[in-house]
Amino acid sequence: MTTLTDLTLAQARDGLRNKDFTARELTESYIAAMDKHRDLNAYITETPELALAQAAESDARLAKGDAGAMEGLPIGMKDLFCTEGVLTTAGSHILDGFKPPYESTVSARLKQAGAVLLGKTNLDEFAMGSSNETSYYGASKNPWKATGDDRDLVPGGSSGGSAAAVAARIAIAATGTDTGGSIRQPAAYCGITGIKPTYGRCSRWGIIAYASSLDQAGPMTRDVRDAAIMLGAMSGYDPKDSTSANLPVPDFEAALTGNIKGLRIGLPKEYRPEGLSPEIAALWDRGAQWLKDAGAEVVEISLPHTKYALATYYVIAPAECSSNLARYDGVRFGLRVEGSSLDEMYMKTRAAGFGTEVQRRIMMGTYVLSAGYYDAYYLKAQKVRALIAQDFRQAFEQVDVILAPTAPTPAFGMGENMADPITMYLNDVFTVPTSLAGLPGLSVPAGLSATGLPLGLQLIGKPFDEETVLRVGGVIEDAAGFTAKPTLA
Amino acid sequence: MSYIIKGNTGDWEVVIGLEVHAQVISNSKLFSGADTTFGAEPNSQVSFVDAGFPGMLPVINAKCVEQAVRTGLGLKAKINNRSVFARKNYFYADLPQGYQISQYELPIVGEGTLILDMPDGSTRAVGIERLHLEQDAGKSMHDQHPNKSLIDLNRSGVALMEIVSKPDMRTPEEAGAYLRKLRAILRYLGSCDGNMEEGSMRCDVNVSVRHPGEEFRTRCEIKNVNSVRFVMQAIEHEAARHVEVYESGGDIRQETRLFDPSRGETRSMRSKEQAHDYRYFPDPDLLPLEFDDAYVEAIRATLPELPDEKKERFISEYGITAYDATVLVMDQENSAFFETVAKGRDGKTAVAWVTTNLFGSLNKRGLSVSDSPVSATQLGQLIDLVADNTLSTRLAKDVFEIMMDEGKDPSVIVEERGMKQVTDTSAIEAACDQVIAANAEKADEVRNGKEKLVAWFVGQVMKATQGKANPAMLQEILKKKLLG
Repeated sequence: MTTLTDLTLAQARDGLRNKDFTARELTESYIAAMDKHRDLNAYITETPELALAQAAESDARLAKGDAGAMEGLPIGMKDLFCTEGVLTTAGSHILDGFKPPYESTVSARLKQAGAVLLGKTNLDEFAMGSSNETSYYGASKNPWKATGDDRDLVPGGSSGGSAAAVAARIAIAATGTDTGGSIRQPAAYCGITGIKPTYGRCSRWGIIAYASSLDQAGPMTRDVRDAAIMLGAMSGYDPKDSTSANLPVPDFEAALTGNIKGLRIGLPKEYRPEGLSPEIAALWDRGAQWLKDAGAEVVEISLPHTKYALATYYVIAPAECSSNLARYDGVRFGLRVEGSSLDEMYMKTRAAGFGTEVQRRIMMGTYVLSAGYYDAYYLKAQKVRALIAQDFRQAFEQVDVILAPTAPTPAFGMGENMADPITMYLNDVFTVPTSLAGLPGLSVPAGLSATGLPLGLQLIGKPFDEETVLRVGGVIEDAAGFTAKPTLA
Repeated sequence: MSYIIKGNTGDWEVVIGLEVHAQVISNSKLFSGADTTFGAEPNSQVSFVDAGFPGMLPVINAKCVEQAVRTGLGLKAKINNRSVFARKNYFYADLPQGYQISQYELPIVGEGTLILDMPDGSTRAVGIERLHLEQDAGKSMHDQHPNKSLIDLNRSGVALMEIVSKPDMRTPEEAGAYLRKLRAILRYLGSCDGNMEEGSMRCDVNVSVRHPGEEFRTRCEIKNVNSVRFVMQAIEHEAARHVEVYESGGDIRQETRLFDPSRGETRSMRSKEQAHDYRYFPDPDLLPLEFDDAYVEAIRATLPELPDEKKERFISEYGITAYDATVLVMDQENSAFFETVAKGRDGKTAVAWVTTNLFGSLNKRGLSVSDSPVSATQLGQLIDLVADNTLSTRLAKDVFEIMMDEGKDPSVIVEERGMKQVTDTSAIEAACDQVIAANAEKADEVRNGKEKLVAWFVGQVMKATQGKANPAMLQEILKKKLLG
C-alpha cells in the first residue's frame, strides 16, 4: 500500500477509475505518510477525519461513475486559502483561531472536482518570504538534503509547505500561491513542478491577500501532466473577483502533445548576469539544447528592464500589503491584545500578531505610499512595472515562450539567509519579472546540483497561454528524465 | 445680495465651498450584495466584504455607477468614461478594511455647474469641482456601554457620492440655496433621497474670509453639518471667528472643526499637523471603471426634466414669475400638482391658488402636497367655477376651506350648500333696496358725499346674501342706487 503515495496524480486518477484501489485506501496511505513525516512541519493543520469523509464520498461517486477531475485525490491546501470551518492561519499569529465561514473559490472548485483535503500546508507568514522561515508555526523543512550533509534545508517559499509535502509524498499535489515566485521557487527547491498561471486565470476570492495585483494561485505537483490536470480544476472566471478573466478554461492536459516543432524559444540575455552560478548557467544551456533537439528554434532576446524588477517588486508588493493587512486590527477576528485605548489595542495586537518580516514589509509599504514619497517610489515603480510588461510584450513578438532558470541557487540551509533580507530577496530575481508582467510561469525540475539538490528551469508564456508553457515544460521534463527523489528517513 | 463683515481693517467677504456626501439610492452596497435599508437592527446588513474579512474582494455595483453618472448628467458635468478607485488608508474601529475605497485622482464625474435661485428671483452659477463614488464607514456608538464602544456595520460599504463645489459661494444664503438646489436635483434624479436628518445627505463646509479682491486665505473645514440651517449658522460663526482672529493680529491655521449647534460655535477637531496621511493608491482589487458613450447616452435618455428646465418652461408656458417658478420646481410633487392645476387655465391664477391658498393651508395643517385633501384636479375645478362666474373669488375661498376639511369636489359643495354666486340683477337689486331702506340715514350720508360708505353697504348686502352676490354687479348696482 505504501507505494500508492508514489503514484502521480494522473496515475492515481486512472487507478481510482479502474478500481485498482479506493479513494479511502489512497487517503489512508497519505495520512500514514503524513504521520511518518510530521517532522517536516509541512502542514500547519492536518484534517485526516475530513479527508476520510471526503474519500468515502469520492468512492461513492466513483462507484456511480460520477467522478470529477480531481476525484478522490488527496491534496494539501496552502494555508492562505480560506477553508470553511477549517482553521486558516496564513502562517501568522494574528489569525489565531480564525475558522472562515466561507470557502475560497479555488478550494471550492477543487472540492467540487472531488479533491480530498489532507490539511493546510505551511507557508511564510502572509506569503512573505522565500524560505518558509517566517511562518509563525515554525519553518517547514525541505525533504531533500545535500549529498553527505545532514543539515536541514529550506523548502523555499512562500509555498514551502506545499512543495515539501508534494516532494515528500505526503500530498499527491498541493495548491500554492505565487506573488513574486512563491510557487516556482519552492517547486525548484523541492524538485517538483509548479505553475503560476496568468494573473486572472484563478480567482483570488477567499485567498488571504498579500499583494493583490500580483497574487495568483496555482498547482504544485509531481509532474507537468499533474499540473495541467489540477490547473484545469482550479481555473475559471469568478464574478466575485473583479480581476478574474472571463475566458474559457482550455483542456490543459490535451495541450501536452510533446510537439514543439517550429516553436521559437527565447533566452533573455539579462538573465545571465555576471556571477550567475556556472551550474545554473549550464542547466539553462542544457534546457535550450533539449528544446532545440525537439525541433524548436532558440533565440536570444532582451528584456532590458530586468535589472529593475526586484526593486520594483519590493516597492509595489509592500505598498499593497501595507494596506491589505490593515484589516488585522484585533477588532473582529483573530488575535486581540487588549489596550487602554483603541490605538493601544491596535499597536499591541499588531506588534504581537505580525512577525518581523511582515512588519518590515508593512513599514516599507507605508513609507513608499506616504505623502512626499509616493511619486518617487510607488508611482515610479508602477511606471517601471509597465516597462517590464512592455519588455515581455515585445519579446513575445519574436518568440512563443521564454526559457530561464527558476532560481539562482539550489535550496539553502535553514537560517542561512535570515539575517540579511536583501540576500533573501535575491532568490526571486528570475521569478519576479514574470509576476510583475502577470504572465504564466512554470518551474520544472531539470537536474541536480553538484551537491545533489534539485534545480528547476522556468518557462514563461504569453498571457493566458499556459498551454504552450505546459507543452514545452513537458518536453523539458521528458528530456531531463528527472527521477531523483528525496531520501527520507 | 452681498454679505460683508465690517471690520476695523475694512470689509471682509466670505469664501465658501461645500463637500456633500450623498447616499446613493440602491438596493445593495457599493461593493457587496448586502442590503442598504435604513433603520435595520445593528449588524444585520453586513456581508463578509463589508466586515473586512480575510480574502474578501469588492465587486462594483452597476446600479451605483448608473446613479453617479445620472447625477453627473443632472449637474451638467463632464462624465469620465474611465475612472479609478483608490484606497484611502486609515485605522478606525468602524472602518473594517482599514481603508475606504474611494476615488482620488480620476473621479467618475468631473466639472459641472449648479444654478442657485436666489429669493429675489436672480440666479447665480456655482461650479462643481467633481463627484466621486466611495464607501461609507460603519457607525461607532460610544454611549451604549460604560467602557466600550460598540460598532454597527450596517452602513459600512454603503455607496456615497461625494459632490465637491468650487469655492464659489460668498454668503450663507448662497450655501443654503446650493444645498436646497442640490437636494432638489438629487431627488428629481432619484439618486439620493436628500434626507439630512437621517444622514443620507451630509455636508462638510469649507470657510475662509478675505478682503474683497485678495487671494484666498487659509480655510477651515467644518465636518458633518447636518441641516441647511446649521450650515448657514456654522458659516456665519466661522467667518466671524476668522475676522476676529485676523483683526486681533492672529492667523488662521488650516484645520478641521466641528459645529456645535447647541452653542452655535465651531471648535477644533484636528489641526493640519494631526491630519491623516491617507496614503491613497489605486485599489488593486478593482480594475479601472470604464464605460462607453452609449452607456452614458442611454442614461441621459432617462433623465427627467430637471428643476432649471422646468422653471424656464413654467415661466414661459404659464407666465408666472421666476420667484413662483422657483418655489414650485424645488419639489417635484409641488410642480406636478401645479401643472395639473394650471393646464388649460390661467397660470397666474393657478400659481396663486397653489402657492398661497393650498401651501398656506397645508402648512397650517402640517401636511405635504402628497397628503393634500384637495387634489389638483379638484383645485382646477374650483378655479373653473370662478372663471364661469358660478363662484366669486371670495366664495371660492370659502369653498376651498370646506374642500380642505371634507375632500369633496367643489361642485358638490356648491350644490349641497347652495353657495352659487348670485348674478341675477333683480335679486341683487332687491337685496340692495332692502339694505338701503333699513339704513336710510347712512344712504343719505352717501348721497351727501360720504362715498366711502359705499363699501359699508357692499358688506351689508354681502352679509344679507350670505356672500353670494356677484361683487362686481353688486358694486355697480349700489353705486347706481345711491349715487344715481
